[in-house]
Amino acid sequence: MEIPYTTQPREDTGLYNAKLGIWLFLASEVMLFGALFSSYILLRVGAAEGAWPHGLMNIPIGTFNTVVLITSSVTVVLSWAALKLGNFKRYQKIQAVTVICALGFLGIKTTEYNEKFHHYEIWFNEPMTVAEHPNLMNQSFVEETTINKELIGTVPSLIGHLNYIDKDGEKHHAGIAWTLATLKEKEIEEIEFELDTFHYRIPARIQAQIKKSGKYDKGEHETIRVQVSDLRRMSAFVPAHSTFFAIYFTMTALHALHVLAGAIVIAYILWRNNKLWKRDPERYTNRVEVSGLFWHFVDLVWIFLFPILYLL
Amino acid sequence: MQATTTEKTEHTEHHDHHHHDIGFLRSYVFSTDHKIIGIQYGVTALAFLLFGFFLVLLMRFQIGYPGETIPVVGGLLEKLLGDVAAEGKMQPDLYNAFGAMHGTIMVFLGVVPLAFAAFGNYVVPLQIGAIDMAFPRINMVSYQCYAAGGVIMFVSFFIPGGAAQAGWTSYSPLATVIPTNGQTFWILGMVMLITSSLLGSVNFIATIIQLRAPGMTWMRMPFFVWTQFITGFILLLAFPPLEAASVMQLMDRLFDTSFYLPSGLVLSGQPVTQISGGGSPLLWQHLFWFLGHPEVYVLILPAMGVVAEVLACNARRPLWGYRSLVYSVLAVGFISFIVWAHHMYVTGMGTKISTFFQTTTMIISIPSVIILTCLFISLWGGSIRFNTPMCFALAFLPMFGIGGLTGLPLGFNFADLLLHDSYYVIAHFHYVVAPGTIFGLLAGVYFWYPKMTGRLMNEALGQVHFWASLIFMNLIFMPMFAQGMAGMSRRMSDGGAVYAAQAEGMVNEGVIGALSASVIEWNKSITFAACGLMIAQIPFIINFFWSMNNGRKATDNPWNATTLDWQTPTPPPHGNFDKPIAAYRGPYEYSQEGHPTDFTPQNQPDPVKS
Repeated sequence: MEIPYTTQPREDTGLYNAKLGIWLFLASEVMLFGALFSSYILLRVGAAEGAWPHGLMNIPIGTFNTVVLITSSVTVVLSWAALKLGNFKRYQKIQAVTVICALGFLGIKTTEYNEKFHHYEIWFNEPMTVAEHPNLMNQSFVEETTINKELIGTVPSLIGHLNYIDKDGEKHHAGIAWTLATLKEKEIEEIEFELDTFHYRIPARIQAQIKKSGKYDKGEHETIRVQVSDLRRMSAFVPAHSTFFAIYFTMTALHALHVLAGAIVIAYILWRNNKLWKRDPERYTNRVEVSGLFWHFVDLVWIFLFPILYLL
Repeated sequence: MQATTTEKTEHTEHHDHHHHDIGFLRSYVFSTDHKIIGIQYGVTALAFLLFGFFLVLLMRFQIGYPGETIPVVGGLLEKLLGDVAAEGKMQPDLYNAFGAMHGTIMVFLGVVPLAFAAFGNYVVPLQIGAIDMAFPRINMVSYQCYAAGGVIMFVSFFIPGGAAQAGWTSYSPLATVIPTNGQTFWILGMVMLITSSLLGSVNFIATIIQLRAPGMTWMRMPFFVWTQFITGFILLLAFPPLEAASVMQLMDRLFDTSFYLPSGLVLSGQPVTQISGGGSPLLWQHLFWFLGHPEVYVLILPAMGVVAEVLACNARRPLWGYRSLVYSVLAVGFISFIVWAHHMYVTGMGTKISTFFQTTTMIISIPSVIILTCLFISLWGGSIRFNTPMCFALAFLPMFGIGGLTGLPLGFNFADLLLHDSYYVIAHFHYVVAPGTIFGLLAGVYFWYPKMTGRLMNEALGQVHFWASLIFMNLIFMPMFAQGMAGMSRRMSDGGAVYAAQAEGMVNEGVIGALSASVIEWNKSITFAACGLMIAQIPFIINFFWSMNNGRKATDNPWNATTLDWQTPTPPPHGNFDKPIAAYRGPYEYSQEGHPTDFTPQNQPDPVKS
């Protein structure tokens, strides 16, 4: 005896088993990501004033990745449509694009992660005042209207690349995800910081204005030396950096796992499972449809992730 | 009757047909047959129930006789677990670990797998006339994930530092800062169990929607199938938030994030540095109870379904108010998602929110009461057979009633402020789950055992098991209400000895919190009753194994029941039905007028009118 409705839809529901199954699975996934989105809202709303970081994401790369993923969403439908019309060759070509897009997305995400891991933020025991360190002017958030005013304000923290000075005075690049404890363990007393705060703290529009004015062109990539004893805290852009990065990495990593799983399934059906096409084309088409439904869900999650993590 | 006998011989022949040579591993370990998977779940879950019970027995000894050497197994514990059981005495850390794991094992590895996965797997496809589950291989993977989760949980006892110690609710920050990897094991184990339940629930819902036999309309489904259907939805939608929460707790433990750790957290007088702060302990509680409360209905609904089946069959009466039962169980399923924060009245989340959840909590008691009332009324005018499954099912009704009604004061936030975290709470939910759900499930074991094995369980041993269990259950949990109302707090590794000391020294000063010695004295009697309950399970264990080969042989339909699960050969072959099956009538047509027998099976067509 065979289990019924594996390929043909049941009359009263209009669904074959796997299609119902994937929709149920997606309902569960909605709850999974829904819980994370809710947590994001709760944590952000509950954050102390000014504690939620802004502008730490690379928006052009994020936008490009969004386009990549949406493209794959289009191709996954087109490939299924080709299959429905019985055009296996066309399906293969288009679906290959889907897989390439998926891998492209993951590749870009990896470089994005890597870039984050190599950026550090340092917090001082005593905030530096801009009056004392005019060259740090551009490292702090400058309101448009204050450009020509007196240099006031303080710089509580700096963002940049981390080098350290060893006992012989030699300079080395630091590793990934060091903290103050790491520095103390390695008995490092002085670090050199290649400043990048400008790009992170100041909105692009104002960055351009400042550059145009020519007044503060220094300080974009200056380096400063800091005694480790002056630091209160140090963290790379890793989950432990802040609640923002914690939720950013949790959600995007979970999403990336979904992308990877979807890509594996789609690629498997595409290249390893195609004997089924000859034996039972309808069943094969159903598999493509079901994997496509999952793929759309994965895209949809990203469509929500992109604005809340990059733009808002 | 004549007809049944001939059918029987036909079935036996048919059986032999189906014994293909697929090897031991394929047929019993990596089986995709829903019946084998159901039995796998059932046996594993019963073993975990026994293990969880054993843990609490040791805890009970510590509560009754704090700091004394545990008799019989003390030495063994020291050998296995080391310092936490030095000299065979239970250290507070071990008490906490046992407490956390007792809850986790009983709920996630014992009752849910038995109620939902075991009975659901075995009975649901049979009752709806399906040949198997919709996704047999996913079904197999579901069991394997469950087994892996069980192994992870079990192994965590033996790692350095021991198992998780932050209670089965694993509240952060406590769960995050306790320096044992047990909590990490707990989280990983939960992720496996959640995966298992996700795969299971997708399978159940798809099966019930897609694979019903011709004529098996929604309102002809046995009530048990309805309860499994709703339970499936609850598991499908309530568990993922806990998975999300677990992932975040894992991040807190492994990657130094602070999802649940607030800024300025101070631990043992030392500020916790190297965390970013800004986290919210309440977030964990919300996410946990978003699962935790629907989970209560995951525990109780399948038991109600089993009880309904057993009651209708053994009272020889149709279920009273079948439609009300169905709509009530639907209502319970929906409302169970909006009552969770009644576990959090004392967290200071605000009176407005408390009022909302207090209101929904009162509303959900309405459909629950309707279900119980329908089951009670179903007995009216029946010709009741007091066999073992029926005894357990009948005992379920008042026991669950006590559990449910004592929950009302906990649902009101003003009363809860007093009773929260006391032994009253323990008594309340144990009445729901232990003499409630577990009695319902035991009724199911006795009821479907003949279908699964082809032999009936011994009736005398069954009666001993039932009466002893009933008495000892009440001796254990009834005094806890009194203890709780007297103010005795739960989760104390010394069983209230600190209260006793307080009472001796400061009773004249009228210190609040001092308990009278008589309240603490109950600890000892409860401990004895718990031992009694353990002994009462011995007849069941003997019965369970002995009857497999020596029980009275069962016919295909030993209880003369109407539902489709009894209209198959015993035990059902691969593919379940030896002929195409269809439903022609409702599930509980007992004692209908104008029928030759007092039961009319669902697959019996109406006589053709000439």
